Amino acid sequence: MNQESTETLSVVVEREMPHPPEKIWRALTVPQLLAEWLMKNDFEPIVDHRFNFRADWGSVECQVLTVDPNKTLAYTFGAMGLECVVTWTLTPTSTGTHLRVEQTGFRPDQQQAYQGAQYGWPRFFAALEEVLARID
Amino acid sequence: MPNARDALFKSLADPTRRAIFERLCREGELTVGTLTGQSGVSQPAVSKHLRVLKQAGLVRDRHEGRQTYYSPQLGALGPLIDWTSRMAGFWQSRFDHLEDLLKRMD
Repeated sequence: MNQESTETLSVVVEREMPHPPEKIWRALTVPQLLAEWLMKNDFEPIVDHRFNFRADWGSVECQVLTVDPNKTLAYTFGAMGLECVVTWTLTPTSTGTHLRVEQTGFRPDQQQAYQGAQYGWPRFFAALEEVLARID
Repeated sequence: MPNARDALFKSLADPTRRAIFERLCREGELTVGTLTGQSGVSQPAVSKHLRVLKQAGLVRDRHEGRQTYYSPQLGALGPLIDWTSRMAGFWQSRFDHLEDLLKRMD
């Protein structure tokens, strides 16, 4: 039973880039390059490696979860009060790479102690939008 | 209000509490007894979770006779939607920076 998609809160941003996956992978994993577009860091592409992203407003504690060169990179990412997982997916296309980042919060625990969770955040948002629309 | 947001996130980070809130969203107003039924969690545990949800503004209680009814407050999810749109905006702007960098790389 796949409940994951309905029990998590996620943000997905995708973009086609006219560059090969290998080049984008370097931008995602070489600390000096990563610092140029994301944040200063002590990242290493090693599973379980703990690192920080540092910005003017503070730092983000992270730990590497998945390293599949030129394909998938995932790490934990605590942002704005919520412990998340950020997953990068690189898919080669005829003109370059389809780059996708998914930031997921509220991961379901291994042991779900309470039955009946199958509603999902997209539905909450839809419901909330209805409520907000009625207020106008 | 970071404190209100933290309370909301902490409250929803627990899967059991989230499931209770989801059930209220699905079924409307319910008593602790109804919420406990077939849940696999004890009634005191459900009551404790409801207290946390109430503190976060996610549920409201109404007393009628000897029963207390709990209902979901969808408006309290506002900061969550705010979080989602802000994080999406954050990644969009980072993608712009990444594209600039890729143009400069060999």
